[in-house]
Parts: sequence; structure tokens; C-alpha cells
Amino acid sequence: MKATKKKVAVLLIITILIILVPLFALKGAEFGGSDDAGSQVVSQIKGGEYEPWFTPVMESWIGGELPGEIESLIFCVQTGIGVGVIAFFMGRFVERKAQDEKKKGITR
Amino acid sequence: MSKKQKAILTISAIIALAFGIVPGAGAMHIMEGYLPPTYCIAWGAICLPFLAMGWFSIKKTLDKNKKSITMLAIAGAYVFVLSSLKIPSVTGSCSHMTGTGLGAILFGASSVSILGLIVLIFQAILLAHGGLTTLGANTFSMAVAGPFVAICIYKLCQKLKVSKAVSVFLAAAIGDLFTYCVTSMQLALAYPSAEGGVMASAIKFLAVFAPTQLPLAIVEGILTVLIIMGLETYAKSELTEIGFIKVV
Repeated sequence: MKATKKKVAVLLIITILIILVPLFALKGAEFGGSDDAGSQVVSQIKGGEYEPWFTPVMESWIGGELPGEIESLIFCVQTGIGVGVIAFFMGRFVERKAQDEKKKGITR
Repeated sequence: MSKKQKAILTISAIIALAFGIVPGAGAMHIMEGYLPPTYCIAWGAICLPFLAMGWFSIKKTLDKNKKSITMLAIAGAYVFVLSSLKIPSVTGSCSHMTGTGLGAILFGASSVSILGLIVLIFQAILLAHGGLTTLGANTFSMAVAGPFVAICIYKLCQKLKVSKAVSVFLAAAIGDLFTYCVTSMQLALAYPSAEGGVMASAIKFLAVFAPTQLPLAIVEGILTVLIIMGLETYAKSELTEIGFIKVV
């Protein structure tokens, strides 16, 4: 069990490092989405600004681009739904295992 | 598989062939309105048989044991979380992971196509991320091609007797990377360069996506290993039920 804990800790640290290092290594980088970088390549190949032939439904509903703060809100909602579901079931599994072990201890 | 299921699969396969071949072949998320309409329809049609297969595969899993829905929910939630996290990368731009590797390893590639589709619709409508017109193309890259490669890598690693953790890592990471390769190809097919054609374009798009995605693929691999480790410790009976852990 101890070895597993160590493994998990090391893996988590590596993950955090991979994510944070670019932030410090590349000072002043914009960190725009690579999806946008993709559209730049499209304009480059086409030679000139590419005009998308369809605007996202949300943008036509609210008549403009989604405000940055609202966008992060919706992204957070998405993360929240996901984390909530995982945490709920994992919590149940962990508790179930504890209960099972307790029961086994009594019958033994 | 019942007769009705077979019929639906056949029909969707025919539609796929009929529409898929017409344009001559064919981000992770491709931006709304960035693919010509013919390509939108073609990619959407190609996805149909996979989605139908996924639907039946999920139904079969649930018919076998209703309790498997918890595992399915976790796999879906995992896609939700990972595809919502934009992570800075070495190239100075951000990208996000797919999270489809876990579901592919647990339930097989086709089931994930349904889970991925849900996430893509969510992002296309609410976030203007990806898009409804490019939904077919994005579904193909993220929810069909990526998971399919992931499960192939996983099966191959198992055959070669690679340890479970390493196989899960490789499967999730390569599946993630492959999603972006497919996206690059899709964009390249729609936008061949004046000189060099499709391949030149593909290299240009890959140059944008691949270096950004590489570190993220590694992160996704590690996270998938972690969650599998957690599930193996606490949810052994569920994993056995869906056939992930073989009963000795």
C-alpha cells in the first residue's frame, strides 16, 4: 500500500510539473488556444482571412462573442459536473470497501 | 445482436459509404464553419455506424448488468473533466485533453463515441468550442479514431505482456495524440496547399497541433493510469463485471 501511495504522489508531481513548467519557462507567451492557431494556418494556406460560413449558435443567440468570464463559467460547470460524478461514485466505492472489510473482520 | 440492430447498423453503414466516398476521401475541435458543407456531411455520415455500434454496445453492457452504469458514468465524467481543462503547453499555446482513453479501455472504442458526442454537443452549443457544423468531423477524430487507436494499443500491449500501468499509459497518451493527427488530416483534406497539396497542409497543421499536444498526451496518460489504479483498488467488482479484470 505504501509503495502505491508513493507512486501516486510521484505521478501527480510529474503531472503538475508538466503543466506548470511552460508557464514559467515561456514568459510573456500568450497561451491562446491551439484551435485558434489552427484557424491561422487556414488563413495562411488560403492566403487571406478565412470567413467561416456558419457562426456558432450561441453567438447568434446572444448576438456577439461569448464574454470571456461567461465562457470560463461554462467551462467550470463542465468540469464541475465531471468531478462531481467521479467524486460521488469514488466516495461510495471507498466507503463500501471500508464497510466490507469491517464486516469481514466481525465474521472472522 | 438482434435483427433490428443489424438492420440499423447496415443502413448506417450504407449511408456512411454513400456520403463518405463522394468528396473523394474525406483539435482537436475544428472551429464552427471552418469545414466546407460537403465535408461536414461526409464526416457526420462516417460517424453514424460507429455511433450506432456504440449505442448497442452500451445497451448490451447495461442489459448484462444495470450496475455497470456507474462505471459508464465515471468514464463519461472523465471525458467531461479532461476536455474542459485547457492546459498551457511548451509551444506557448493552450490545448486540452480528450479523456476518451479511459472509456475505450473499459468499455471498448464504440461506447466512447456516444460519450464523446455528448461532450462535443455540450461544447459546441454552449461554448462555441468546436461547432455544430463540424460536429461530425470532431466526433470522428475525438470519439471514434482516438478511442479506437487507444484500445488497439492497449490490446497490443496486453498481448506483448507489458505491465498494466504502462499499457494504460501508452493507450491513453497515443489515443490522445492520434485524435490531433486526425484533426490535422481532416483540415488538410479540406484545405490542400497550393503547392504540395494535402500532405503539405497536413504537415503544417500537424506542426501546430502535435508539439502542443505532446505534453498533454503524457499528462492524460498519467491521469488515466491514476484513475485506473483507484478503480482497481476500490471498485474491483464493477471492473470484473464489465470484463476489465479477468477472473482467474
